[in-house]
Amino acid sequence: MLIPERVVPTVCPFCGVGCNLELHVRDGFIYKATSSFDSVVNHGNLCVKGRFGHDFIYHPQRVTVPLMRKKNQRPGERTQAFDLSEWREVSWDEALDYVADRLVEIYQREGSHAMAVYCCAKATNEDNYLLQKMYRALFRTNNVDHCTRLCHAASVVALQMAIGSAAMSNTAAEVIENDVFILTGSNPTENHPIIALQMKAAVRKHGAKLIVVDPRRIEMVDYATLYLPIKPGTDVPVFSAMAHVILKEGLYNRQFIAERTENFEAFAASMEKFTPEYAESVSGVDRNLIIEAARLYATAKNAAIYWALGIPESSHGVANALSLINLALLTGHIGRRGTGLNPLRGQNNVQGASDAGAMPWHYPGYQRVDVEENARRWEQAWNVEPGGLSRQLGLTTTEILSSVGPGGVRTLYIMGENPMMSEPNLNHTRQKMQELEFLVAQDLFINESGAFADVFLPATSWAEKEGTFTNTDRRVQRVRQVIPPRGQSRPDWEIICDLAKRIEKRLGRPTTAYWDYQHPSEILEEMGRYVPEYAGVTYERLEREGGLQTPVWDAQHSGTPFLFAETFPRGRGKFHPLDYTPNAEMPDDDYPFVLSTGRVLEHWHGGTLTRHSWLDDLFPEPLVDIHPGDAARLGIQNGDPVRVTSRRGSIVLRAHVTSKTNPGVVFIPFHFHEAAANLLTHDILDPQAKIPEYKAAVVRVTKARPEELGPRAEPQLRGRY
Amino acid sequence: MNQPLVSLTIDGIAVQAEPGITILKAAQLAGIEIPTICYHDHCTANALCRICVVEVSGARTLVPACVATVQDGMTVYTHSERVQRSRRTILEMLYASVDLSEAPEIQTMAQVYGADPQRFPEAERRTLSPIDDNPMYIRDYAKCILCWRCVQVCAEDAQYTYAINFSGRGYETQISTFFHRPMPETTCVFCGQCVGVCPTGALKPKREWLLEQGYTPEAIMELTRSERRGKKRRANLAA
Repeated sequence: MLIPERVVPTVCPFCGVGCNLELHVRDGFIYKATSSFDSVVNHGNLCVKGRFGHDFIYHPQRVTVPLMRKKNQRPGERTQAFDLSEWREVSWDEALDYVADRLVEIYQREGSHAMAVYCCAKATNEDNYLLQKMYRALFRTNNVDHCTRLCHAASVVALQMAIGSAAMSNTAAEVIENDVFILTGSNPTENHPIIALQMKAAVRKHGAKLIVVDPRRIEMVDYATLYLPIKPGTDVPVFSAMAHVILKEGLYNRQFIAERTENFEAFAASMEKFTPEYAESVSGVDRNLIIEAARLYATAKNAAIYWALGIPESSHGVANALSLINLALLTGHIGRRGTGLNPLRGQNNVQGASDAGAMPWHYPGYQRVDVEENARRWEQAWNVEPGGLSRQLGLTTTEILSSVGPGGVRTLYIMGENPMMSEPNLNHTRQKMQELEFLVAQDLFINESGAFADVFLPATSWAEKEGTFTNTDRRVQRVRQVIPPRGQSRPDWEIICDLAKRIEKRLGRPTTAYWDYQHPSEILEEMGRYVPEYAGVTYERLEREGGLQTPVWDAQHSGTPFLFAETFPRGRGKFHPLDYTPNAEMPDDDYPFVLSTGRVLEHWHGGTLTRHSWLDDLFPEPLVDIHPGDAARLGIQNGDPVRVTSRRGSIVLRAHVTSKTNPGVVFIPFHFHEAAANLLTHDILDPQAKIPEYKAAVVRVTKARPEELGPRAEPQLRGRY
Repeated sequence: MNQPLVSLTIDGIAVQAEPGITILKAAQLAGIEIPTICYHDHCTANALCRICVVEVSGARTLVPACVATVQDGMTVYTHSERVQRSRRTILEMLYASVDLSEAPEIQTMAQVYGADPQRFPEAERRTLSPIDDNPMYIRDYAKCILCWRCVQVCAEDAQYTYAINFSGRGYETQISTFFHRPMPETTCVFCGQCVGVCPTGALKPKREWLLEQGYTPEAIMELTRSERRGKKRRANLAA
């Protein structure tokens, strides 16, 4: 029986639920994770990733020494180097001096528009705050973004337009107080497993009624009162038809509309055309189901809506999200306990990275960069001369890469992200990565993107540093150092400060933006001085009180479990009239299937972490989900190799014949470099949110020869799928 | 909701309790500790291990405090001679059949109640080898006291996955998957909720178990995929 040397409480590094962990350590080896049953977030429950998926820290392929490429990389001829023989080990001084030299040289030659940075929704609030500070204060650019752009950007834009705040309006655990809840574009049993437990309990133990609207027959359908099997991309007609029914039958909340909203008439007029019959004709959902769902939602005492990336990841993602927000405003199901609008955030710290300003249009705290007063405030904060900070909106994640080229973006700094797996239309991404003049990767492993880099800076994992994460229900929680940094790896915030000082010296500016922090708590304190929502969040309070839900207005304020009780941040909630725009690509004879992409329980995003974990043993190879009817028509058996082809690319992988996907829809998880789903996806963007249409590329599926699969791991027989 | 409080006496102390709560909870509120083994604050109580039995005046048998609710006028003795003898015997029978080497709380209890681990030398101990059929955790049912916590968290107490249940009868009773299938072939999602509530070390993360087997962290991290997936799985594939 092992007695741990230490048991350190911290937060899970995987999804946005933010489960509390206790890591058990001996000889610097984390051999076990438990969770306190008193934890308000997860009540002692964990999923496979949180419980067993931390071994990537010790994976033999992890890089813990700074590396520089042996062969000089030139724009257009940049190559991927996965093998350590193509790199040489260098000292931190050499690596950081070289990065500072190159970045400053390019900045002085090309100007601030040539500079761009990807922050990281896996890193801490402090890491992200500093990295955006470095690029804004030193390189005077707002070309700062992170993977929120590829995730909830359209939800954020829609919520900002209609309400004025983009976060989840409730605490996840409040789901047991819902009488009715709608779950759409979300597969929580795989992607937010602990919230899924709470949803299951809400249905089975607390009598809640669940309405699932999804193109896949996800596990939560087993718990649903109503299931609306929607065709991908027809969210606006279906939810607007629900609004149509609510309007026609007089089930809307007149008092709420009069007191708390605006633009009702224009909205109501635009809903006229969305009859249930029309919605059925485009979405394939039985009109009676739509009518029933509308009545169930509208007449509930407390109802809430939960959604994930099926809503925003669309060329009309903002409209999709607005169609949900309209429903909440129409029925007044927002601003009370057990009601609300809840975009489930994907990454452990996507809320925090966004709060910390890792976005091209906003300083920390969602302060627009093109508002003079904001720019002045941050100039003062960072000792920048008046007028020094850029007032121009920066480029988004997808725009940064498409702008790479002469006269455009010349250099990219990637902290912890993997665009070579996560961007849409990867063949295009590859071309753009090759054209970069200088690329820095700061990560744990040489992933598909880091392999293109000139310099690799080895960062620590979350278990080797101090900091804070902000989870999906806006709860700021402490991340604690459990073990010393492996090898020469360093925490991201330390690397950024060290590099920033070197850059500042080369730029020769008379004042410093300040980089001499002794501890991450000082970084959060600096952020809290200028971001009112974080003003009351301090390490001392987090130690004493556990998590704090933002906004926390001052040292006495106890935080905000649910939002909008009195008013919306923009004043009145605004209805938005809507029209139906079909997906950019619709199925035809050549490409008869719609491809949806997403995650599986055992893996995380681009796979940098989980494919270097024993988690990979449970789900070792990519699979394409296809409906038994479609498979039979194509003569495809479960496990057969198939080729999936879109207008942009083609991959070969094994078929998983399952009724978890509906006829006409195929699903591929995007974790696997062997058959990267994003070679197929479409890089068309939502015009407002700039988010790509990941959930609806059209493809064809054909049989493939086994040898086309190439070397693949031995498949794992599983009962769960 | 505003029903009148129930009045009862526990070990001579007058206690006022909410109607419907268990004797265990009422005793806790009065500062009286009743020992538990299978009971867990976050699981449904099933009164399986009987270590929490108490004597209630007028009741024919001892009453399990984890499920029995308080009644008005009840007189409860949590540590009477009869209760203590019962607890001592339960512990001695557990020792006779199960490997309790990794259950420190039960060991302490045995000392407190003066249980003799060797009281039943003729008893046949359950000797089962650890089941190593997946890369995440091992199941060593020689250490299992059948408390049922793992089955419950796999079902309605947390996960709603229903991968495990009792199999066999009497002495042969064991926690198992359906038809003893290797864990990956069941509905198991490897959340490890079961590992989190196991009180005796019967369920254990694989890497913790490997450390105990004498592997160094480096050796553990160098295992191949097939080694990590476990012996039983390999045996199964060969068959």
